[in-house]
Amino acid sequence: MRALRIKRLLHNYAPAALLVLVIIVVWEVIVRFGEVAAFILPAPSSVWAALLEHRTLLLGVHLPATLQEILLGFLLSAGCGTLLGLGMHLFRPLAKAVYPLLIVSQTIPLIALSPILIMWFGYSLGGKIAVVFLTAFFPVVVGTYDGLYKSGEQYKELLLTLGASRRQLLVKTQIPLALPAYFSGLKLSIVYCVIGATIGEWLGGSRGLGYYSRRMAGNLHSAELFAAVFLLSVLGVLLFLSVCAAEQIIVKKRGLRR
Amino acid sequence: MLSITNLSYSYGAGSGGPVIEGLSLNVQKGEFISLVGASGCGKSTLLRIIAGLLEPSGGDISFGGKPANGSAARLGKIGYMPQQDLLLPWRTVLDNCLLAWELKRSGSKAAAVQQIRSLLHSLGLAGTENAYPEELSGGMRQRIALARTLSAGSELLLLDEPFGALDALTKRGLHRWLLQLWSSLGRTVLFITHDLEEALLLSDRICLMHGGSLQEIAVPLPRPRHGELIYQPQFMQLREGLERRLYESIAH
Repeated sequence: MRALRIKRLLHNYAPAALLVLVIIVVWEVIVRFGEVAAFILPAPSSVWAALLEHRTLLLGVHLPATLQEILLGFLLSAGCGTLLGLGMHLFRPLAKAVYPLLIVSQTIPLIALSPILIMWFGYSLGGKIAVVFLTAFFPVVVGTYDGLYKSGEQYKELLLTLGASRRQLLVKTQIPLALPAYFSGLKLSIVYCVIGATIGEWLGGSRGLGYYSRRMAGNLHSAELFAAVFLLSVLGVLLFLSVCAAEQIIVKKRGLRR
Repeated sequence: MLSITNLSYSYGAGSGGPVIEGLSLNVQKGEFISLVGASGCGKSTLLRIIAGLLEPSGGDISFGGKPANGSAARLGKIGYMPQQDLLLPWRTVLDNCLLAWELKRSGSKAAAVQQIRSLLHSLGLAGTENAYPEELSGGMRQRIALARTLSAGSELLLLDEPFGALDALTKRGLHRWLLQLWSSLGRTVLFITHDLEEALLLSDRICLMHGGSLQEIAVPLPRPRHGELIYQPQFMQLREGLERRLYESIAH
């Protein structure tokens, strides 16, 4: 059983792991023997060394700050996004009014708008959460609304003849059927949260991996910059996997996929 | 129980003539009526109108002795079983059948579960209560959908080709079950089928749908009936006559 699981893990992840390994080795060799300046491209080994050297600062101060912005921003995005998506589903006029605006809001380059947001909400947590919210809110709304939009059409008539109310239609068929699309929205959203938090920190502040990487870039400390980016990427992957795990648990509980 | 007078229905403008025109039908309590007719002649539409899913363009419908012209007056009061089984894939067989109880919450859950268990048992589905629909064959799923319709407790049931997808043997088994238990269930049925043998064996009357209205054909076979009836000469003759009338209606 266990051997089988390991074999499956290997089968699924070995190619990607191998590719990463090859890239790291080639990268290291090129930097070492190609005499690339360290501030242009630091070797993986020096990135790792920088990570170890600054680990208390990175893991003790900057990572928690970024994580806090991400989690608060995600909660806000998921909460408001779910409510708005549900509201748009229940009141079609709301959907007609809001959907085009939502799409337009996504065409505005956020980075251009962010200084204004910082002006409105300040350099502290508020401004950063505002940036995170604006980046991560859209996929949740779309996931919720599109998931509910067509779901359960085929069951609708049957449930109506069984005497179902509109609320019962929603609870008994539409929500369970919308869950996969909803979770796709959440998965995109959590990844966007990491991006949003980083952008927010680039714009200003005194803490966070984004702030740190910008400061290091300014000082041409590329190894430290890469260390921060590496941590951000690990953080993103872990958060993404957490949403996947939540999906597994909920979907499994509902018996949608066993 | 159900009385329809001069009913008409047409899909939106530009879709040709009306699908149903000047249709009248009287259904007595406890009757079993089959609807036969060529594909696309409007049988399913008629059932959907009666169920309250479609609003007719004209005519009168009364249900249970009271006028029930608005579709809302009928929706939720008449059992309807569509052609597809429409079982919810994330619910077990028992939970699928409990859906009707969950929506209406009449009586205790234990009583509803008990009733469903005995229904499943008599439909030959004992032991499948905790299975998921995807684990079962098409025939079993269809019978579970029938159990769900029956468990909703409506007196009038509209069944749209409930046995259409079943193999001949399973179908025979269900016929036998229906013939044995039907009178004790006290339900009234309007039943769409393309199987003339089935129509003759089960029904009190057969309605041949053609050109938007109905022709009634009485079935002069005494009850109680048995499954073996289909091999008797009288039955074969009836079947032949019915087939001819159906063929003539299509040819014209």
